[in-house]
Amino acid sequence: MAGHSAQLDAKTLWGGKESPFQTSYGKLMMWFFLVSDALTFSGLLIAYGFTRHNAQDAWPIGEETFNSMPFLGHGYPLLYVALMTFILIVSSVTMVLAVEAGHRMDRKGVTKWMIATVIGGFFFLGSQAWDWSHFIHGSEFGKIELADGSVAIVRGHFGEINNFTVLESGSKHKAGAVIKDDLMHQFQHAAESGHLEAGKIHLADGSIAKINKAKDHDMKLIIKKSGKTYKLGGKEITGAKAEKLYYEALYAGEKSRVIYGANMKQNEYGPQQYAQFFFFITGFHGFHVFSGVVINILILLGVLSGTYHKRGHYEMVEKTGLYWHFVDLVWVFVFTFFYLL
Amino acid sequence: MERDDLIEYSLHAHHDENKGKEIRKKIYKVTILLTLITVIEVFIGASIKQSSDWWTTVKIIFILLTLLKAGYIVMVFMHLGDERRYLRNVILIPYFIFVLYLIFIGLWEATAIGKVWETMWQ
Repeated sequence: MAGHSAQLDAKTLWGGKESPFQTSYGKLMMWFFLVSDALTFSGLLIAYGFTRHNAQDAWPIGEETFNSMPFLGHGYPLLYVALMTFILIVSSVTMVLAVEAGHRMDRKGVTKWMIATVIGGFFFLGSQAWDWSHFIHGSEFGKIELADGSVAIVRGHFGEINNFTVLESGSKHKAGAVIKDDLMHQFQHAAESGHLEAGKIHLADGSIAKINKAKDHDMKLIIKKSGKTYKLGGKEITGAKAEKLYYEALYAGEKSRVIYGANMKQNEYGPQQYAQFFFFITGFHGFHVFSGVVINILILLGVLSGTYHKRGHYEMVEKTGLYWHFVDLVWVFVFTFFYLL
Repeated sequence: MERDDLIEYSLHAHHDENKGKEIRKKIYKVTILLTLITVIEVFIGASIKQSSDWWTTVKIIFILLTLLKAGYIVMVFMHLGDERRYLRNVILIPYFIFVLYLIFIGLWEATAIGKVWETMWQ
């Protein structure tokens, strides 16, 4: 076509002249991309709803699973994810302020608010890293298979392990020695491999030690899979009875009676699919946040070098803004369907 | 290839300081509203147990509040509310047709499969 005609007028093309949408090509395409991406996330969340709907009572409850705060410990249901939601909303606000400053050709304003948005994005990513790490490492009690074959999750305050006193020498520790390092890790590892029995721990070097542990408080067993005696959806088991059942199972010396944290095969919170959905949905969203932060940084560089100012408009900021708000929008739904419901 | 029919729509979006003030006021208002909704959601979530009789009502409240939040984000932050009606419809209508169908079929099938599971174990 080149060289044939240098000019194309409206008549030869569509004869329409004006777009019925009154928006630029780039913005329209960004909207279309967001619709398709929204369908992807809807598909994931609906698949989650589908799985959850047919699993019913066995499904973990958000306020039971996510009840920790950094530095503060347990007993703060949903507060942390609410904080994450707030961080993302605030960074969405700073983005919309950057867009507004762009419409006034206020380069300083755009720079300021874009920097704030990038910082908010990093904060959210950091929070999510903490959330994941906490989810993967799990609680101090874990999920336990009781003597009757039922499976229960455990809530309450785990009494601290003070030390191990070695009773029988192994290749490393001698009898009478007191071990003070890495207690929780060794304890959980032994519990998973069935190396605990009646208050004693079989350490990796072959020695046997007595566990000196403070008493647990407010223990509560919530049944997630029915056994012979305890049924799914039944009453919570509390107090001395809960402690008896828990430690009976923990000290049974059997492999895999207890599960701590989560991986792709099993998790302490509920059915296997729960952790898979958690990793996939929040991971996919986190990936969107990550790419959003990268795009925001690139646009910020464009703002700093004056590219958009020369162009006469800050529409690039507006387009990335659309993407960034979309990320916030998705999180609002993930927050409701994954954490609240 | 020069075209004479392309309108720089991007330039139309400019506004002055007064309009800017008005817009910022709206942004701050929506911010407070979104934060309040989140606080209410967390408060309800933490204080009412899933085993309680109110849970179905709470669920519906959660979903309505979420839709309200989503509406404010899309209409104000993404300013879809200020775009042409055609654009709004092109974005929202196809999306809702697909998603409502997907939700319906997802829950319907899940109920059926849940029943099969139950009868299988009995």
